[in-house]
Amino acid sequence: MFDFLDKYDVLGAFWTTVQLTLLSAAGSLVWGTLLAAMRVGPVPLMRGFGTAYVNIVRNIPLTVIILFSSLGLNQNLGISLGANDFDTINFRLAVLGLIVYTSAFVCEAIRAGINTVPVGQAEAARAIGLSFPQVLGLVVLPQALRAAVGPLTNALIALTKNTTVAAAIGVAEAAFLMKKMIENEAELLAISAVIAFGFVCLTLPTGLILGWVGKKVAVKR
Amino acid sequence: MTSVLYDVQGPRAKRRNVLYTAVFLIALAAVAWWVYKSFDDKGQLAWALWKPFFSGTEAYTTYIWPGLQKTLEAAALAMVVALPLGAVLGIARLSDHLWVRVPATIVIEFFRAIPVLVLMIFGLALFAQYTDVSSDDRPFYAVVTGLVLYNASVLAEIVRAGILALPKGQSEAALAIGLRKGQMMRLILLPQSVTTMLPAIVSQLVVIVKDTALGGAVLTFPELMTSANTMAGYYGNMIASLTVVAVIFVVINFSLTSFASWLEGRLRRGKKSTGAVLTVEDTVGVAGHAGTGTAA
Repeated sequence: MFDFLDKYDVLGAFWTTVQLTLLSAAGSLVWGTLLAAMRVGPVPLMRGFGTAYVNIVRNIPLTVIILFSSLGLNQNLGISLGANDFDTINFRLAVLGLIVYTSAFVCEAIRAGINTVPVGQAEAARAIGLSFPQVLGLVVLPQALRAAVGPLTNALIALTKNTTVAAAIGVAEAAFLMKKMIENEAELLAISAVIAFGFVCLTLPTGLILGWVGKKVAVKR
Repeated sequence: MTSVLYDVQGPRAKRRNVLYTAVFLIALAAVAWWVYKSFDDKGQLAWALWKPFFSGTEAYTTYIWPGLQKTLEAAALAMVVALPLGAVLGIARLSDHLWVRVPATIVIEFFRAIPVLVLMIFGLALFAQYTDVSSDDRPFYAVVTGLVLYNASVLAEIVRAGILALPKGQSEAALAIGLRKGQMMRLILLPQSVTTMLPAIVSQLVVIVKDTALGGAVLTFPELMTSANTMAGYYGNMIASLTVVAVIFVVINFSLTSFASWLEGRLRRGKKSTGAVLTVEDTVGVAGHAGTGTAA
């Protein structure tokens, strides 16, 4: 029943999924944190930019963003992100699209974390004369990030599942392979079971482990 | 300045702010200029490419409106089917009986752990192999099936969280006046938690609307984005078409999001409710949600 597995590189496809996830997670963590800093900062223009970015990007389907990076950026504007062959270009464009999309959610997760930090912390930091970057960087963000582990985990799991959208521009990850296998093989249920099992293996442990980490690092108040 | 994160600004801080604003403005302007330049170099700003959207209604009546209809149809049908299913699953997960609670928990966690796209691809093949649904209708059925399976389990968590958010006194009082468990759920808990859950349910609608685009890109379901793709092939204006589609999605989803937060504020202030209000953030458990969509 599972004979078809020999013909396809299932592990390779899931490795691509993992790579997409990790690269986009790293990128969106950086960009999302910057956006969150802009949104709570004292410069009105940056606040406006952060708010506009989050509200616009959150409301566009990821599919549209990823197709735009492939059809728009690559095919119409000729941007290839320093890659030459088709597969690498699409992989990088998919990572770019995922970063653009996910950082909006990362920003909101971190802002939610900032809201859990008691007012007294920031007041005390200001009272001893710290500037805004110091208040944020030394006092508020370290506590906020620990509280944000939960929401960030949810964003990471959503990201893991969202990497399947890269199939729309031909990145050979798990959902792309699933579609190919279903077209060529008869064992529909077995194929779906394998792919579903793979995703359960990726998302459930992530949730459980990071959920435990989140409880562990949370600031006890 | 209402933020607690920084002090009221004195003259030096104000000057510094002006400087930061100027630097940021220049950076934004540089990016905008780069976008403009690269669009202009490739002739993407030519009036001919944008004309279909600003003069005449052909682009709207032939491509955008039929696509938008499909998008809204699939989203609405998915929501209507997923809501009762989710309510049943959510209540089942709260059951006192192990043999009801455990299967419901497994179903919910399983379908939340799997990407919607995988469910849609599975649905498409399933309808092709085991039913005689015509091949034209299959993508629609597959998209709705995928959306229902995923969102029913997300909604189940919303329902569960909504019921758990009610004050304990409600169920204690219900039991004290002699109601049975079924009556307590039907007459006391559900009616109150529905208002609590409304904002979260409306926010979930945003996720559903966004996810229909997945079916378009991979299953050739002719929703808004796919018909925009066809349109781009006809007019030769991919960037312009995708931009218009993105704007339409933002308008729809932003109004839904704003409606949800208006509802949330109203319910929070309301005197009749228990004051407990759920947002999407309250309901995400182990497997997270798309937001995330896919999103969230």
